[in-house]
Amino acid sequence: MSEIDALKPAADIGGPCQPLLTVEGLSKHFALNASLFGKASVVRAVDDVSFSVAKGEVLGIVGESGCGKSTTARLIIGLMPSDAGKILFDGEPVGPVLSLSELRQRVQMVFQDSYASLNPRLTIEDTIAFGPKVHGVAPPQARARAHDLLRKVGLDPALFADRYPHELSGGQRQRINIARALALAPRLVILDEAVSALDKSVEAQVLNLLIDLKEEFGLTYLFISHDLNVVRFISDRVIVMYLGEIVESGPVEALWTDARHPYTRALLAAMPSLDPDNRTQEAPISGDPPNPIDPPPGCRFHTRCAHAEAICSARAPRLMATGGERHLAACFMVDPGSGHSKAVAPKVKETVNG
Amino acid sequence: MTPIIAIRDLTVCFTGERNVNALNGVDISLAEGEVLGLIGESGSGKSVTLKALLRLLPPRRTRMTGSIHVAGRDVMALDEAALEDYRGGLVSMIFQEPMLALDPVYTIGDQIAEAVVRHRGVSWADGRKRALEMLEGVRIRSAKRRLEAYPHEMSGGMRQRAMIALALSCGPKVLLADEPTTALDATVQIQILLLLRELQREMGMAVIFVTHDIGVAVEISDRIAVMYAGRIVETGSLRDVVKNPSHPYTRGLLHSTIHGARRGERLDAIPGAPPRLDRLPPGCPFAPRCALADTSCVQGDIAPVFVTPQHSARCLKLGNPAHARAGAA
Ligand SMILES: Nc1ncnc2c1ncn2[C@@H]1O[C@H](COP(=O)(O)OP(=O)(O)OP(=O)(O)O)[C@@H](O)[C@H]1O
Ligand SMILES: Nc1ncnc2c1ncn2[C@@H]1O[C@H](COP(=O)(O)OP(=O)(O)OP(=O)(O)O)[C@@H](O)[C@H]1O
Ligand code: SF4
Ligand SMILES: [Mg+2]
Ligand SMILES: [Mg+2]
Repeated sequence: MSEIDALKPAADIGGPCQPLLTVEGLSKHFALNASLFGKASVVRAVDDVSFSVAKGEVLGIVGESGCGKSTTARLIIGLMPSDAGKILFDGEPVGPVLSLSELRQRVQMVFQDSYASLNPRLTIEDTIAFGPKVHGVAPPQARARAHDLLRKVGLDPALFADRYPHELSGGQRQRINIARALALAPRLVILDEAVSALDKSVEAQVLNLLIDLKEEFGLTYLFISHDLNVVRFISDRVIVMYLGEIVESGPVEALWTDARHPYTRALLAAMPSLDPDNRTQEAPISGDPPNPIDPPPGCRFHTRCAHAEAICSARAPRLMATGGERHLAACFMVDPGSGHSKAVAPKVKETVNG
Repeated sequence: MTPIIAIRDLTVCFTGERNVNALNGVDISLAEGEVLGLIGESGSGKSVTLKALLRLLPPRRTRMTGSIHVAGRDVMALDEAALEDYRGGLVSMIFQEPMLALDPVYTIGDQIAEAVVRHRGVSWADGRKRALEMLEGVRIRSAKRRLEAYPHEMSGGMRQRAMIALALSCGPKVLLADEPTTALDATVQIQILLLLRELQREMGMAVIFVTHDIGVAVEISDRIAVMYAGRIVETGSLRDVVKNPSHPYTRGLLHSTIHGARRGERLDAIPGAPPRLDRLPPGCPFAPRCALADTSCVQGDIAPVFVTPQHSARCLKLGNPAHARAGAA
């Protein structure tokens, strides 16, 4: 690879309409020690997950702890092998056509723990220049690149280039992580709880920065967070996961105003109110999420769902169109042929008929 | 009415290689049965305030001045024996991490019974009866069976409930809650908040609830105190502080909280970061980040300015037209 290549984003292959990332039938099951749990059991961390991310889009992934968000991210950048499924980057299948190292130049990741992901013995400049150097960029160019990126993330290179991670605040460290992720000119950045550990005032600064950088570098984001406010703010489209599966996906406003899956509705209703005159009166669902080891059969949400009927524990609902544009949900209530007593025809049909 | 908690001009300094001025003149007054939400960023001194109230700070490395009275008792003057009785009896605490409060080697039932026997002097059988009552009170399903459970056998939400049951088992007058719902999943967090609200009303406890999440504070509090660099910079009723935030920091915090923010809007972020507690600037600690600051702000300590008799903020620019404009923005 030449020097120039390593510092430039990969060329667009399929044009603007071809998704930048396509994930098909992705699965990862972790086998657990049989003796510990009496019988051999598996954690279905990610189970037959499919989605795509358009070029320039911000796709949010939400869901409670353990639902498989981070595992999905790790599978995409090949930090662990998947058990099943395909990943295509700009139409090219990862593995047969696109090598893992090529993929890792195009896709970068930023994690929550800003301290653990930085090498304490490297200066800030060396931290950011490290990736480009590994990819064959000459040290002076790599250094210039690092200084340029420091400026882009709002840190003066004269003040910060020679510092070490422990000399920075949490917000500054997260800026460094972002600068480092951008050093190889990726096209897709996966942000896994990247602002979750920051104080609110600093979180706002970093979110503004992410929006600016996206514009400037033409980036696409996969934005993972358990904070629905943040996800609503930054995402174009959102995926809701529950126990390893996608239960709903759609444009952010459609999800907020017309959520179709009972779990999505519960998540939204569980958000604390900011209005002293309008506090939450009732918890939307009771109990804890079930154990991801051997999840409930049928619809995995049926043990907590107020609308569960016999069919819900007998069969698993498929992710299907709800009628709204790009709005999918996996609940028998959106499947007119399911036999669920509250099943409704998709909205499109209603308008066609009426 | 005399307040159940009266903290006056409390300072806490951790001594060592560098001196950390964690609290710099904190005043808190709380009536019986009242819930105070204590909000502020990481390192602002929220946990230290609660630990000072329970005298949990390491005595050899901590310099404390000021006064703390709880239910008329001079907390600074309590000896070890009196402290034993005070902690878990009059005042109880719950944490983000329930394993800080629960003992991994005893069943939940035995832990609660033991606390009740120790503080209330009842028989073991009555202690166990109280334990069952408490587990039912915090709505743990099949409470009777759960008495025999060890902490590690419970789910996260259930452990949080068990910790609350233990903390409330001796009928404390004051509950100190340090981010007890922060680590919980969203659908569980709201259940625990509503449970605490209900138990607080039933038992008439005063509560100081520490959180960095304004939404959580809104759900639980009657009053709000906003901390910054070891000071309370604004305090007032929940409604006053949220609907009419008066300190520029509170205002910035509310603006940068993206509750309900929409795509495409830029967030009104406060620039910079909080000051280092080993080198506090003179005057208003927020001055280096504040758009309204001028030389008068860095002259000396700034006393609370009252917006209404119950609502005050430590800011010199409160009546200033520029302040009003910044507020409207
Ligand atoms: N290496 C591993 N070995 C065994 N189980 C694992 C491993 N990594 C993840 N898991 C399990 O897989 C499930 C999904 O985990 P994952 O980290 O993807 O969740 P998440 O949605 O990112 O949660 P969080 O919000 O807590 O970060 C969990 O039940 C987790 O315990
Ligand atoms: N035992 C200690 N020794 C030295 N410094 C301490 C000690 N305990 C706390 N501090 C310091 O005192 C300051 C206030 O800490 P505190 O724990 O009260 O913050 P907080 O508001 O609870 O923050 P967070 O939201 O992160 O929990 C911090 O700078 C902290 O590092
Ligand atoms: S499929 Fe059944 S159990 Fe699952 S969410 Fe829909 S109604 Fe509830
Ligand atoms: Mg995760
Ligand atoms: Mg704390």
